[in-house]
Parts: sequence; structure tokens; C-alpha cells
Amino acid sequence: MRTKNRTIVSLAGCVLVAGALIIPSLVSGPTDPSRTHESDNSEVVLIKDNTPQAGKTADQSGQKPVDFAREVLPILSNHCLNCHGPDQESAQAKKAGFRLDVREEAVGFEFIKPGHADDSAVIDVLTTTKASRKMPPMDSGKPQLSKAQIETLRRWINEGAEYTQHWAYTKPVKPELPKLPAEADPKWASNDIDLFVLAKLYENGLKPNAPADPHRLIRRVYIDLIGLPPTPEQAKAFVSDPSPDAYSRVVDELLASPQFGEHWAKQWLDKARFADTQGYAEDRPRSIWRYRDWVIDAYNRDLPFDQFTVEQLAGDLLPDPSTDQLIATGFHRNTMTNTEGGTDDEEFRVAAIIDRVNTTGEVWLGITMACVQCHTHKYDPIFHDEYYQLFAFFNQTQDNDNYNDQPFIKAPYPEQQGEIQKREAQLAQAKQALADAGEQPFAAPKDSPDKPTAAQQVLIDAQKALDSFMNQVPTTLVMKDFPADKQRETYLFKGGSFLAPDKDGGIIQPGTPKAFHPFPKDAPRNRLGLAQWLVHADNPLTARVQVNRIWEQIWGVGLVQTTEDFGFQGSYPSNKALLDYLAVTYQQDLAWSTKSLIRMIVMSTAYQQSAVQTAEKLEIDPFNRLLARGPRMRLSAEQIRDQALAIAGILNTDRIGGPSVSPYLPEGQLPQSFSSVRQQESKGADLYRRGVYTYWQRTAHYASFAAFDAPSRDVCTSKRSRTNTPLQVFVTLNDRVYVEAAQMLGRRLIQEAGNDVDARLKLGVWLALQREASKIELDALRQVYTQSLSDYRENPEAAAAMAVGPAPALPEGMDAAEAAAMTLVGNVLLNLDELINKP
Amino acid sequence: MTDHTINPLLHQERVLAITRRHFLGRATKSFGAAALASLLIDGSFAAPAGPGEEQIVKAATHFAPKAKRIIYLHMAGSPPHHDLFDYKPLLNKRHGEVAPQEVYANRSAFVKANAKILGTPYKFEQVGKSGTWMSELLPNLKQVADELCIVKSLHTDQFNHAPAQLALHTGHFIAGRPSMGSWLTYGLGSESANLPAFMVLVSGGRNVDAGGAAWGSGFLPSLHAGVQCRSEGDPILYVSDPDGMDRQGRRRTIDAINTINEQQAKEFGDPETLTRIEQYELAFRMQTAVPEVMNIRNETQATLEMYGANPGAESFANNCLLARRLSEAGVRFVQLFDWGWDVHGTGPHDDLMTKLPEKCKQSDQPIAALIADLKRRGLLDETLVVWSGEFGRTVMNEARNDKGFLGRDHHPNCFTIFMAGGGVKAGATIGETDEWGAHVADNPIHIHDLQASILHLMGIDHKRLTYRFQGRDYRLTDVHGIVKPELFA
Repeated sequence: MRTKNRTIVSLAGCVLVAGALIIPSLVSGPTDPSRTHESDNSEVVLIKDNTPQAGKTADQSGQKPVDFAREVLPILSNHCLNCHGPDQESAQAKKAGFRLDVREEAVGFEFIKPGHADDSAVIDVLTTTKASRKMPPMDSGKPQLSKAQIETLRRWINEGAEYTQHWAYTKPVKPELPKLPAEADPKWASNDIDLFVLAKLYENGLKPNAPADPHRLIRRVYIDLIGLPPTPEQAKAFVSDPSPDAYSRVVDELLASPQFGEHWAKQWLDKARFADTQGYAEDRPRSIWRYRDWVIDAYNRDLPFDQFTVEQLAGDLLPDPSTDQLIATGFHRNTMTNTEGGTDDEEFRVAAIIDRVNTTGEVWLGITMACVQCHTHKYDPIFHDEYYQLFAFFNQTQDNDNYNDQPFIKAPYPEQQGEIQKREAQLAQAKQALADAGEQPFAAPKDSPDKPTAAQQVLIDAQKALDSFMNQVPTTLVMKDFPADKQRETYLFKGGSFLAPDKDGGIIQPGTPKAFHPFPKDAPRNRLGLAQWLVHADNPLTARVQVNRIWEQIWGVGLVQTTEDFGFQGSYPSNKALLDYLAVTYQQDLAWSTKSLIRMIVMSTAYQQSAVQTAEKLEIDPFNRLLARGPRMRLSAEQIRDQALAIAGILNTDRIGGPSVSPYLPEGQLPQSFSSVRQQESKGADLYRRGVYTYWQRTAHYASFAAFDAPSRDVCTSKRSRTNTPLQVFVTLNDRVYVEAAQMLGRRLIQEAGNDVDARLKLGVWLALQREASKIELDALRQVYTQSLSDYRENPEAAAAMAVGPAPALPEGMDAAEAAAMTLVGNVLLNLDELINKP
Repeated sequence: MTDHTINPLLHQERVLAITRRHFLGRATKSFGAAALASLLIDGSFAAPAGPGEEQIVKAATHFAPKAKRIIYLHMAGSPPHHDLFDYKPLLNKRHGEVAPQEVYANRSAFVKANAKILGTPYKFEQVGKSGTWMSELLPNLKQVADELCIVKSLHTDQFNHAPAQLALHTGHFIAGRPSMGSWLTYGLGSESANLPAFMVLVSGGRNVDAGGAAWGSGFLPSLHAGVQCRSEGDPILYVSDPDGMDRQGRRRTIDAINTINEQQAKEFGDPETLTRIEQYELAFRMQTAVPEVMNIRNETQATLEMYGANPGAESFANNCLLARRLSEAGVRFVQLFDWGWDVHGTGPHDDLMTKLPEKCKQSDQPIAALIADLKRRGLLDETLVVWSGEFGRTVMNEARNDKGFLGRDHHPNCFTIFMAGGGVKAGATIGETDEWGAHVADNPIHIHDLQASILHLMGIDHKRLTYRFQGRDYRLTDVHGIVKPELFA
């Protein structure tokens, strides 16, 4: 179907090329397999927008001019700029001799003659049959251009070869609200998001889905906002509430829940590469979980994103920073430390700084910096020395790949603060009393026969009391700069190697790339200034990138699909007007309130649609970029586990925050190579804490999370993949965590639903899926139950083994065979597709 | 037991839906669907469904492969080349003298200035028709010397374990890139219907320095990560059903799950649901296939003795035998790590006189057995066996604590590896080091060249096996790597 379309479209294009003898049969056919990424830049669903010939009629005047940023630049970037781009230092670039991304060069050298495609050398070398002149060169590894792409270039040159700035490097402007076509129902829209969505749908000949069934909707919004499903009672209350604001009240309740922060912190912790160990060969434990709690808290109190940024990048440089603001700087202390014997600390200190530069670029700007460590960017206008200007901002911190991860601070929890103050006051009092008595503190040497006086003893005791309490206060890693007179000198590293500083090039001062808005005049030239530059109103990227990430969390795919790359090689937004609208709204109207942004998204009608995929919609829009249906996707590793525990009634939600915990670990884990530290399984209630508190050991990542694509967090992870594998099946079927959840769920059904088997099964479906069971479901569950029950009655030993362990002994009077059979029911429920997905 | 086959009509429906999804999936590769090929395995998944389908199933090689499968034996910690393969009489001649500056690498971990030359304490001889030099520590390997392609001129940029292991297996010294096995399964898919395409076996009592990142999938979908097999507990994590559940109970639960999921698929039309149904069936099959293949008790006593394998223990010998079994069952990449080769000489636990002979004794027989066993089964031609550490070791005695133990420090400038089978030149010795065994004298082969050459043997052009991530087409060899045809038969 699509292949046919493409052929037709392409042929239409050919016909219109005056004088171009393109044989139609060359145009169709399968694409070259080596070019699987070709279409990453062109939005799959935006065939109409992106294929220049689309919608073209015999009347050429009706055609939109070629959009350089959207249509031409991706072609140049993918095929040409590796040699004809910003990096003019490489051997290929020297051979190439000129840049195609700079109009003066391309036109000046007459490679492009505006208005005259057929006289332009560029078109000639693209279409020539002579291998020696053919571009891209056959041995370059770069794919040849398709006829359609050449045609786009040809039209663009004929239209005057105008260059415009890459779309993402231009500051977003709030677009006008789109005009809906007459056939669209304006009442469908709940808010402005819907107007953009609806306009795009009609443009592509699609209509929205019906609203989601309220049972599915309530489950969806719970999962999205707090990461947990509603209880049957919460679901029932919602579906039976006829008031028009029932939904918005639920949304507001969830946004105010402390579990909101626990859920939303997780995606940020991936970007912050938060982990409980140092990484590399020894992978020693480190204490930085107070940073994780800071993130949870920041989401819960809706710390505006600009402030969220400043405190994490430069909390220590704020005037009179609070302990919380220092804890926040843990963001960039999550880099790895290599304590293996014989390593060069400077090498890994530099590696950490490089990680900070790259992570900052990826997280806030959506720009890939890693290449620029070694050479000027091949595609985006970021130059080699500019990388080291950014490096210079981060090069002044005191951390130095030391095994103890210094610098760190004592970071008491709020509830510890009072006790500290009390004991400090007692200490002060004791000192005062001593002074009042005219005595000195007791200072006799250890083996001296002298004994302290009563007042001296009080002081000693007060000091001990404070010290012993302070020993329980957690520490956390922080950023701390050297004083001005001890600062490091930053040089460009030739080829990216810290062993090759370019001393002749001189000391590099902190600065930001020239391609972007200027560094604020009044901002200090340190990390604080950098943070202010990132969240500055003129920054074209930060708000777009952040809005896109939030969008991706909810919809499964960003408006810009390449969340981590908004540069030339990134993909064009599926709905640029909507992206810009949200970015400006977030930054200005919502004053960077992330909760308000999330609220706006989940309050849209688009979000509340049913997730049903018709064959037609699947065909036209397989990844739901146009939003003609609600979001449906697999839950994250943490959500899947949290949900199983919640449904079983064993999730521990008693407190927010605290040291990381280890759920059941598999037997037979080998210790890490040089380390004597082996992760210890937690005990008691700590086994049942939410996944966000799971101990994150970099070299031995919690296997059940790894199976569901949770990253090891060695480095920043912008986007988790969502795979679907048999190893996941093993986890949810057989991991002790899930076996215990099934056992406890089975017991719960027996205890809470009376003696009727069907009533128990129905309760199971309510707990798991928050709706009535269908007949098929009831029959399938009943079959598992009755057949297993009869087996277990015959085999009490198997029944006892299935019903107990890891779950504790059965409650008084509960029949083991029933409990075992109901465990199998629980096992089925916890493995259902509807449960593992957001509906 | 009940009939495990599935309703043919429903099956047809699934295949169509998955096919359609694959077909559409090619436009946006990063969504995971595209790369399913490596674990999806049921013949129906791999069948080309229409024009362009081959783009999803990247199973197309760039040219005819010499090898179909790889068994990579990594001696974690790095064996000393001077004491095993790279015989340097000059060291014995000048043993105990202060080493000249020229034998130092640019950077080293522990060894100090004025360290003394350490002649090998072991006897060397030339063996086989090829006249290959080998140490007395490798008596069994000598028997298969004519099968080996020994490379003496490997070199790397890293001189610490974790970064060097990562560089060797992922092409980059910092964790986060896909490993060689992940690249290969991404590129070639799986041959096995019931087993993962990339499996990892660890011995030596400790995990490898680089941890799971050495077999991680990096930015490739996690589907391509190596699956670690374990010698204690489940052979693959959670493959065993819980106590109290028999196969019938498991079948019953999977039937119920899939019945309900089929209803879900009809309601929502999500192709992922159909894939999930297949995954539950595959998992059920794996529950039989994995313990079966991992059970070396099924081997004859003669075979067990040939390897020196001891069922039930954690040993490198068992892992060599398992490697053959997995490879035979179609596992594309079997990665072994054996910990304990880091012979610094700080005590008998890591020295040349006690520890090194112990490690050689544990590994010499099983490696020789593996090569001979593959050969007699007609598998050696299509199975590439690679043996290596992550770097070389110094000319000098490290003498870190001056307690009199012999040992060598890390040395990145040259090291020896060998390969066998899978299209490499048997009985050849490639490359040379200088008279000290300190630097490459002839035909330097960087680890990126080794990676490029291994991919070449598997039918893959290392420059064309790419994955776009963060706007860049990444590959195993980064921007380096030269295929070395002199390694090939």
C-alpha cells in the first residue's frame, strides 16, 4: 500500500520536472537496505508534508515552496555534511574544500546556482553516472540520494536556494491557534492542544477515536501520574461519578499525591544517571540517594523547571545555598569514579567532566556533544574549541576521581534537622555553662589520671551525643568549585585526548557556542551563569526539549521522535506548531510549572481517547504520531513491579525517600571483580518499597529491571527502549517478587471475596484491571483454578510449596490447596497484557 | 500433556499482524519492533513478507560469511604473553638487569622506574607442523597448535581492566556502547528457535571487571544484550517455575494468559499484544530447551573427561563444554569470561609461579578439547573461536611490594591472542613484537582491526553495520578498524 503510494507520488514529481528525463521505473522499487535510517528524518506519518510532490496537481502554482529546514537540511546533513560541513579539519573536509551548509560558500563557488538547478554542479555530481565524480563518493559509506531527494534539491535551487536557520535553533514563537476544517467538531477540543491535534488529523484524513472507556481512562491517568493503578474503590468512585468535573478532580488529586514525585523522578534519574555505586571495575557503593529524594521532592513541590535546572547545575554557587540546594548538585556527581588500582585519576576525572558536558548538552539542549570532544561537529554548528569552553565551566570542581568520592556533605533529612538543632543547642549550653564556671574543656591526655569535672563531663557527653547522631546522618556528593586562585586551566584536547592539551592554543575561558543566543551579560562566567543561559528566555531549545520529554513520557513517543537530538540529524517534529505552542506556554504562561504542563496534556481530549488501533490507523500511523488514538504502551520496569505489589496489597508506601533497598536477589550472584562488597538483600518491609528506591548497582544491575529495559545508568539515558522478550516473561512468571505477589494476591482474593469462586475471580480482575471480568476471562481463570485445585488436593506437598514461600505461612484456617490454586490465578492476572500495558 | 499447537487461523492472523507491523516498522527503526528479528525465531517471523522486509530483518550479510557462530574465550585480567606464546630469549639472557626505558609503555599502572627484566620461568618449544612457539604451561593446546592462528601484534589504548575490556568488546572504553555480540545479533539475528542469540558464561569465582556492560546492548534495544547463564540456581535467570508448579500447571497458566491476551488483541488491535502471546509460547519452549542444553550430564563420560568437566561445579571447563553445546544449538555468540589472570605478582594468589600455572591447568585442557571437539563434529569450519585477554603484560617484574613474587604489570602496547576455525588461517603466526616483546615490530593489529576482521568473517562489513543514535550512525569500530585479510584462510 505504502510502496504504491510512494511510487505514485514520485512519478507525479517526475512528470513535473521540466526537461528531466527520469524513467519512471527507476523511481519505484524497494529502498536500498543500507539506508534503513533514511526515513528517521522524515516523519513516517507525514508523508504528505514531507514528500515534496505530495498533493501536487498539474497546476504548479498550487505547490508549496520547498522548506529548507525541514526538507533540504536533513538531506544535506545525512549525505553531505560529513565532509562539506562545519568540521573543516578532517582529511575528507580538506579534500572537499567547501561547505554546503553555508550559502556563501555553496553559491560563491557556484556549486549551487540559485534559480538554475540544471547548471548547478551539485545536481550534476549527484546525477552523473561517472563514478569518479559521483557524490557522495562510493567509498564514503554515505548512501546515494534517492531520485525524490535529488528532486527536492532541484526544486529548492530553482526556487532560489534560500537558506534558513535549522528549525530548532530558532526561538519558538507561540503560533496562532489553527483553524479547524468545517467538518471538524470544535466541541471535541477540551483545550488548545486538541485544536492542534484535530487540525493535523484532518489534514491527514484521519478522525479521532471515541473517548476511552472510563475504566480504562482512570487506570491510564493513575499510571501516568503516580505510576500505580487505582484501587477498585477509586476506580468505582470515578466511573459512577456523573459530575462533569469528576475527571479533573481525579487529576488534581493525583498531581497532589506524594506518589506523583516517586513516579516522575524515575525518568529524570535516568538522565541524571543516578546509581548507588561508582561504576567501573571495583564498583564500590556510594552514598548519593539524598539526591534521588531531592528529585522526588522537587517534582512533588513542582519546583519550576528553571529553578530545577539552576539548583542541580549550580546550587552550590547560589548565594547562601540551603542544604537542599547543595544536595541538588548531586546531578553531576553521578558520574562514575574509577578506583581500580593503577588507574590515572586525572584520566577519569576528565572523563567525568566530559560526561558532564555531554549530559548537559543532551538533557537541556537536545544536542549531541560527544563528537565535539575530538573534532568540530560534523553536522551541527558546534566547534571544537567551543566544546572546551563548555568544558571550562565544569573543570573547576574539586572532585578528582578519588575513591571516597569527595567532596560530600552531611545531608540530614528534614525530620533529623530538629534533633540536630536540639543536640547542638545542648552542646552550646554545655559550653556556655563551662565558660560561666570559668573552666576550660577537659583536655588531659588519654593515659592521664585526671578526671573531668562535672561541667566538663556535661560538655563531653553533649559532644558525644551530637557526634553519634551525626553519624547516622546520611552523606551525599556535591559539587564544589576551587577558589579563584586555585582554579584549573582549561586547554583544548587535541583529538579529545587529555594527554594532548593544546597549550599553544592558549587557556580556554568558559563560554557558550556562538550558534546560539548570547551568554547573558550580567551572568557570572561559571556554572551558575551557564544554568541561567540554559533557561534564558532566548534559549531556543531548553523548553522545547523539556516539553518533548514530558510528552514522550505520556505518549510513548515525543513530538520530536529523537528526544535526545534536536540537531540537524534529529527528526523533524510531527507537529511543530503544537511543540512550539507547548514550549512557549510552558516557559511563559505556566512559568515552567511541570505539573501544570502535565495537567494540560492529560486534560486534553486527545489524551482521553480510546487506544483502539484500527487497521486503517495502524497502516497510516503505526506509531501514533498524529494522535488519532489514546496512548497505549508497555509499562516501565518499576511500574510493572510496583503495580504487582500494589495489587497484591504488599506495596510499602509508608514513607517517601530513604536509603536504597534491594528486593529479592537471585541466588549465585558473583561478586564484582576486585570488590569485596556484595549487595545484600533487604529484609522485612524494605523488600516491598517502590522501584524508585531499588539499589542501583552499575556493574550488576537488578536483573528484573534490566529485563524490562531499565538502563544501568553508567551514562545519561534519554529514552528507554520498550522491548517485548521471553526473558521478561520469566521475570513476571517466576521471579520471587512476582511469585510472592501472586501468592499474596491469591490469599487476598480468598480473604476478601467470600467463598464463591467466581466472586474471588471477579475481585481479581477488579484489582488487576479495575473493571468487570468478561466471560472469556472468567472462564479462563476458573479453568486454571479448578484444574489446579484438584491437582493440589491430590498433592498436598506441591500445594504447600506453591502457597508458601517467599510469602509467609498461610493465615490461620486457610486451605493450602485453595491458596496454591489461587496463586496460579494471581500469576495469570499479573501477566496479562492489559496489566503490563497502559490501556 | 495437552496439545501445545495453536489455532492455525489465529496463528495466521498473528503472522499477518506482525508482518504488517514489521513492514511499517522499517520507517522508524528505533521503536524496537524492527529489531525483533534476533530473538524471534519462529520461522514465520523471519520469512520476508514483502518488498523491503529485508530491511527489518537485518539478517542479510554483506558478503558470504566464513563463520556462522563465535565462541569468544576472554581470559579476564590478561595472561602474560611472554610466558605463554611470545617467546623472547633476550629476557632470559638479561633477566634481573634494570630494564631499558624503551620497553616501557607510555603509561602503566603499577610498575616503577628501574624495574628489572623478567625472563620467563617457563620452557618454550616449537610444536606442530607449523612450528608454533608455545610454553610448557599449555601441553594440551600444543596438540592442536596447527589449528590455531596466533596473533602476536594485537595492541590497545587502554591499560586498566574495565576500560580495556570495554574497548575490546564494545569498541569504546567507557560503558554504554553495544558489545560485539549485540552488534552481531542485531545484524544477523538468531539461528535458534528456542535459545537467545547471545549468551554469556562466567567462571573464576568473580564477575568480570567491566560487569554487564561487557555484554550489554548499549543503545541497541535490550533484546540484543547477552543473556548470562549461571552455574548456580537457574541456568538462565527465572527460567525455572516456582516450587510446587509442574509443567502442566505452567501450561495451564500460559493458556489462560494467552486466551485473555487474544481477547485483548482483538479489542485494541495492538500488534505488540500478538508479539507478547508469541513470547509466552517461546518462553514455555525455552523452559525445556535451556535446562536441556545446559545439562552437561547428557554428555558421555569420555567427553566430560576430554574437557575435564565436572557437572554441577562452576568451572571454565564446564563452560567450554557448554559453549560447544550452545553453539551447536545455534547460539550465535557465546561469550566466556574467566576471571583470575591478572598476574601482578603481589603474592601467590596472582603470581607467575603459582597462579599462572593454576589458571593454565584449568583452561589448557578444556580449550584444546573444545577445538578438537568442534573439529570432530565438523563444526570448527563454521565456528570462530577467539582467545584473548584485554591487554598484554610488561617485560619487567612488577615487584610492587618487594616480597619476591614474580609478576608482570599491565601493558597495552602488544599482546598475543589466538583464533581457530571459522575461516582463519590455521597454523599461522601473524605479526611480531620486538626482541623484548614490548612493542609491535611487524603488522600491528589494533583491537578495532580485530573487531573489523571478526565481523568480516561473519559476513559483515564493519563500516556498514550501523545504528543511528543521537544523530550519528554508530558502529562497533567507531571510525576506525581495518580488516586484516592475512588472518583469513
